Amino acid sequence: MKAGDLGELALRNLREAVLRNSLTTLGVAVGVASLVAMVSLGVGLQELATKRLSNSGLFDTVLVTARRNVPGMRRPAANSSPPKAERALDDGARKELEHLPNVVEVYPQIRFPTEVRYNGSPYSTIVAGVPDSARGNGSYDGLQGSFFSGPKADEAILQIEFAKDLSEQTATLIGKDLVVRYAERQALAPQTGTGGTNGGANDGADGGFSIVPREKKLRIVGIVETEPAAGFGGFGSGRLLIPLEVASALRAAQVNDLRDAVRAPTGKPAYASLTVRAKSPSQIETIENAIKTMGFGTFSLLDASRSLRLFFTIFDALLFIFGSLALAVATLGIINTLVMAILERRREIGILKALGAADRDVKQLFFVEAGVMGLFGGILGVGFGWFIGRALTWGTNIYLHRQNLPSAHVFSVPWWLVLLSILFSVGVSLAAGLYPATRAARLNPVEALRYE
Amino acid sequence: MTTGDGVAVRAQQVSRHYEMGTAVIRAVDDVTLQIRAGEFVALLGSSGSGKSTLLNLMAGLDRPTGGAIFANGRNLSELNSLELARYRSRTVGMVFQSFNLLPRMTLEENVELPLRLAEVDRAERGGRVQEALERVRLEKRLTHRPSELSGGEQQRAALARALVNRPTLLFADEPTGNLDSATGESIMLLLKEIQQKLGMTIVMVTHERPLAERFADRIAALADGKLLTDGVKS
Repeated sequence: MKAGDLGELALRNLREAVLRNSLTTLGVAVGVASLVAMVSLGVGLQELATKRLSNSGLFDTVLVTARRNVPGMRRPAANSSPPKAERALDDGARKELEHLPNVVEVYPQIRFPTEVRYNGSPYSTIVAGVPDSARGNGSYDGLQGSFFSGPKADEAILQIEFAKDLSEQTATLIGKDLVVRYAERQALAPQTGTGGTNGGANDGADGGFSIVPREKKLRIVGIVETEPAAGFGGFGSGRLLIPLEVASALRAAQVNDLRDAVRAPTGKPAYASLTVRAKSPSQIETIENAIKTMGFGTFSLLDASRSLRLFFTIFDALLFIFGSLALAVATLGIINTLVMAILERRREIGILKALGAADRDVKQLFFVEAGVMGLFGGILGVGFGWFIGRALTWGTNIYLHRQNLPSAHVFSVPWWLVLLSILFSVGVSLAAGLYPATRAARLNPVEALRYE
Repeated sequence: MTTGDGVAVRAQQVSRHYEMGTAVIRAVDDVTLQIRAGEFVALLGSSGSGKSTLLNLMAGLDRPTGGAIFANGRNLSELNSLELARYRSRTVGMVFQSFNLLPRMTLEENVELPLRLAEVDRAERGGRVQEALERVRLEKRLTHRPSELSGGEQQRAALARALVNRPTLLFADEPTGNLDSATGESIMLLLKEIQQKLGMTIVMVTHERPLAERFADRIAALADGKLLTDGVKS
């Protein structure tokens, strides 16, 4: 029989027992909805985690140090490279790093303790320099107020907890001024090299340096709820964030200055560490290898991100299996419906065979009926699943709101999930129709015609 | 289509036995029968004589347990399931005692059904359906469902359905069994007309000797699965 005729007859048959077939289709829809809801939850959580981690800068950055390894950070033996001659992490090295393929930017980490004066009261905190590129990377999505007006603006963004220390009405802080007191590092025997202009480098490595107390007035432009970061030990732990160029110009003494002052191997100004940001986390491994070849120590969370991907793959697979259970139950409904249809249409099958229908035609007719129920069930199920996901997000956000936490999208229904769910539903329905279709095709026409 | 000797269907020592536990039911037992092209043959016998079983074997609805049936020169026993379905679709037309129209379909759809199964082009179907219904004088009842027709009209519709694929063999199993005598006679007249106008070979199962004697060219009488007489019209 031609496909068009097969489809017409199948739809006609389905319409004949519209209530029973609708209920069966609804069963399939519930199964698919459960599957879609489960998997979309997994995908949503994965996207949420990936976005947060990506925004944190932990997965697309490499920490570069002059030493082979960062003390206190354990690296797997497989990733260690053989010891090489120690090389200074100076401005020349920074330029080389900037020219590596797929490197977006290279910047020093500037972080120093400070005393903030606001409304006449002192508050101790940590200042961190923020590169201008952080403006568009999503770290400041929930920012109250605005990002720095420019890379050299004397402006500050407060982390919410620190803002609460300054005022209970945090929103009123925006537009107000505060004063930062810090220790400026002044070289005793200034160098004329390029590192001298960069506050991140250890000025006066040869001749040492003195500490002079200074003050800087800054305008509060924003308050950030989450704790943005940009790599290891970056401005993530800062409670008062200022533009990196401003922080660099302050020449503030940093925590590791004393240690690095006596360690500079070449006598040239050098950075304690540099953060190298890649275009995407997938390029981290290549960049890390290139940096190691240059003679620097590196650290990245590449292995951790691999583990995270593995975790979510297993998590999604488990959700898929649990979601499929409802669909498995629905397939029993399809089998039941079609077996009932064979009993009811026994005589009709006999007539079809007497008129020239081959076993194959009868089999295909039942297959198409199962497939149509699967198709409609799949489409309906995706809709239900999407609705469940929306309800889940709504409920979750109410809970998060009550816990004073920012809202989040905990589910996601990507196009591939829609397509796969419908295909899976049709596939499972066809598999469920296999037994009834085969049974119908094997009916003896003479016996079927005798059936009353 | 016939073999070279003008024989449309030939049953050669055909048997159809059923096993019921330890007992063997000999529904058709060693029957040899030849039906010539264009002939109207009545298979006459009482209930359980094996006439319907023999008809089903010749129509390709069942397979013999012994012997062979040749139609169009081909041994039906040697055909696979698909070939047998094609034989039923393209060579055979069937009419049943209980009409066997699909109740949810209109008359037009019922008559069109064999054309769908034979994969006849959609554009050609309308004309073929009209032609078949005109032949049984039901062309004005296209959109009626079987439940809206009388018994005689339903059997005429079943006849149109049997003719729509232009078969060469028409098998009728007690076509008047569910009809009153007047309506039955009109159906028999129609069958005779079809035989004469189209030159079709007709094999009809009946238990009514007068009807068989009046309309059939030849009578083959069966009893207990065996062929008793062949060709006798008293």
